[in-house]
Amino acid sequence: MNELVFFINNVLVSGSVSGSIYAIGAVGVTLVFSIMRFAHFAHADMMTFGAFMVLLLTSVFPGAGAAFGVPTALVMLPLAMALTALLAVGIDRAFYKPLRAHGVKPIVLVIGSLGVTLMLQGLIRLFSGTGGQSLYVDDRKEIFRLALPIEGVRVPVVITEPQFYLFVLTIVAVVALHLFLSRSRLGKAMRAMSDNPDLAQASGINTNTIVAVTWVIVGGLAAIAGTLLSLDVTFKPDLSFFLLLPIFAAAIVGGVGRPYGAIAGGFVVGFAETLAVFNWSVMLRPFRDSLPEWLLQSGNLAFVGTEYKIVVPFFILVAILIWRPTGIFKGKVI
Amino acid sequence: METKRADTVTAPRRFPMREVVLFAAVLVAVLGVYAVMGSAYGTRMLVEAACYAILALGLTIQWGYAGQFNAGVMGFVALGGFCAMFFSIPVNPAFWDSELPGELGLALLYMIGAVLLVFGATRLDRVGVPKVLRTVIAVLLAVVLYLVVINVFRDVTGQIESRAGFIGGLGLPVGVGWVVGGALAGGVGYFIGRICLGLRSDYLAIATLGIAEIIKAFLKNSDWLTRGTATVSPLPWPVPGPGEVGFTLARALYFSITAVMIAVIFFLLTRAYHAPWGRMIRAIRDNEVSAAAMGKDINKRRLEIFVLGCILMGIGGAALASFNSIFDPQGYLPLNHTFLVLVMVILGGPGNNLGTIFGAVAVYIIWIMSAPMALFLMDMAMALGAGLGWDTPTNMDSRALQARVFVIGLLITLVLRFAPKGLLPEKVKHHG
Repeated sequence: MNELVFFINNVLVSGSVSGSIYAIGAVGVTLVFSIMRFAHFAHADMMTFGAFMVLLLTSVFPGAGAAFGVPTALVMLPLAMALTALLAVGIDRAFYKPLRAHGVKPIVLVIGSLGVTLMLQGLIRLFSGTGGQSLYVDDRKEIFRLALPIEGVRVPVVITEPQFYLFVLTIVAVVALHLFLSRSRLGKAMRAMSDNPDLAQASGINTNTIVAVTWVIVGGLAAIAGTLLSLDVTFKPDLSFFLLLPIFAAAIVGGVGRPYGAIAGGFVVGFAETLAVFNWSVMLRPFRDSLPEWLLQSGNLAFVGTEYKIVVPFFILVAILIWRPTGIFKGKVI
Repeated sequence: METKRADTVTAPRRFPMREVVLFAAVLVAVLGVYAVMGSAYGTRMLVEAACYAILALGLTIQWGYAGQFNAGVMGFVALGGFCAMFFSIPVNPAFWDSELPGELGLALLYMIGAVLLVFGATRLDRVGVPKVLRTVIAVLLAVVLYLVVINVFRDVTGQIESRAGFIGGLGLPVGVGWVVGGALAGGVGYFIGRICLGLRSDYLAIATLGIAEIIKAFLKNSDWLTRGTATVSPLPWPVPGPGEVGFTLARALYFSITAVMIAVIFFLLTRAYHAPWGRMIRAIRDNEVSAAAMGKDINKRRLEIFVLGCILMGIGGAALASFNSIFDPQGYLPLNHTFLVLVMVILGGPGNNLGTIFGAVAVYIIWIMSAPMALFLMDMAMALGAGLGWDTPTNMDSRALQARVFVIGLLITLVLRFAPKGLLPEKVKHHG
């Protein structure tokens, strides 16, 4: 049973953590894709920007969280979301809109978004320095140890405070997005535009408004994902390059342009990563009496070392592009 | 794809004013660097710019000729660098005199055998096994064999690391490594291209970005092969080194080799561009549907040009690594080896070889000079700040270098917005 708890701690919890973050990130990427039809590479840096805004605000008002009984970073999150949304709309006005007006190919917009990536990265590094910083400026990270009421289990299930908030916020964000897309007028207009932009425009939907609303949502989601990730580990300005591949893999696995697919894809990629780096020889230990000797000899039965974690999303990406380029949920574009 | 045809049609026998002015400006800049920084530094800059020009030529045929966006130049550069290192550095007797080569060979044989077995399992449906069962068998076999092989490999590589350090090189002439580097980069390009080139171009960008990070991770963590973060140096040069003939002359000799390479590549590319093959590539880029309707094999042509571009990047990367005389996997950064090359191409003129070379040299001069410039500006700002009584952060110099990231990004977006065809636009000849 101890092995099972070990499995829960190392696979279920950490898989859900990275899965949630990839899911929220992939939803943003897929929303941009469904409305504006290009792969938005600057998304991961918008996440970093959101986390950086939280870091700044938290350092300015370190005591604000105590009034609500939660970490200060979470109190500052709505403000950071607003700022990131503003940034997203501003970036679109300044860089993407003129390119769209020129009627360029989507791939030129992709290159433009890479330019924006570098600019954001440069700015963040200029102001934050290159080292890592904790978002817990004045607070203390609490760690919950849940002992299982089963005979013979010595190891508790461990969940840290930011992980708990991460699960809660992910569920809130997903439900809110679902309600917005399925109930509100704007959400329905967004879906209409994603299905057929010309028809949407002809039936009186203001596409400029929809684009702006999309960027607001994308910016907000990016800020949530970046902050939650930085809460769980630390804030680093070069987070983005390691996030890009899993997020895009998640969006493509779920079917590009399908928000619910992106959520599923995020968890697929997150769990695949943790399962691949998990050392399976631990799970064989309870059966050591009935297994052949040679199988137990090598102490390391992980598929890839943690240093090759980035191979996993790439492998998933390649596999999905070969066998089912539209993704699990039949995305629109190939 | 453009409607303004008048811009792209060249008037016959026009004096190439723009080219002359731009290249004269570059010449003045080069002479300026020579005058200020000395001839050894100036020659080094020229050699590096020449290596970057080879990379940029590789990217310009992918992006300019064919409209494929490769966001992972860094990976192909690193592969080329690795081959240059592996083939040219001396043999490591501590490895070859032990029984380790045999064990490594055995592990490689296991790997080949496992691949063949799994491949055979995927063909089981030909002998009457149901397809679902075949897939299950193939996947299970792949997982089990993978675990077995990877464990054998970890054993052998661990022993190599502890007993011999790393496997060393092959001690062959430098040129062999450059050629193999190009071939290896082309092979990886073929793999990526086969998967992505039939799909939307965005997928190629994502996949190349990924493969670049994977190649870097592999080279960085395979201590048995590359010494990882410990780096390998010195790498031999194809010409007499600085120890024998002095810095300036040695670098000038090296520069002459890269210049000859560029001249050959330039000549061949220009011939290919004007040949029917080049026309076909441009036809596919400008209107895929009509090219397909003409009976052109679009995916095959795309694959050809993508692989060709990757080969050039591998060769350029090999030349760059040999020149720096050090193989440091951590030194490969997306900014220096992907985005810098991208800026060179889109600023110089995608699809125009001359423009690309101009872009490579001009951007490299700006890039190499921007570090001292940024520090100088930061010093000025700090002096000003101190005068006004500001509290300036201490690590200003490292932050000043981060400003270059911003400038490169700004340059990309500005060029795309205001000069999408670059400073020397591609000239499309309309016959008849």
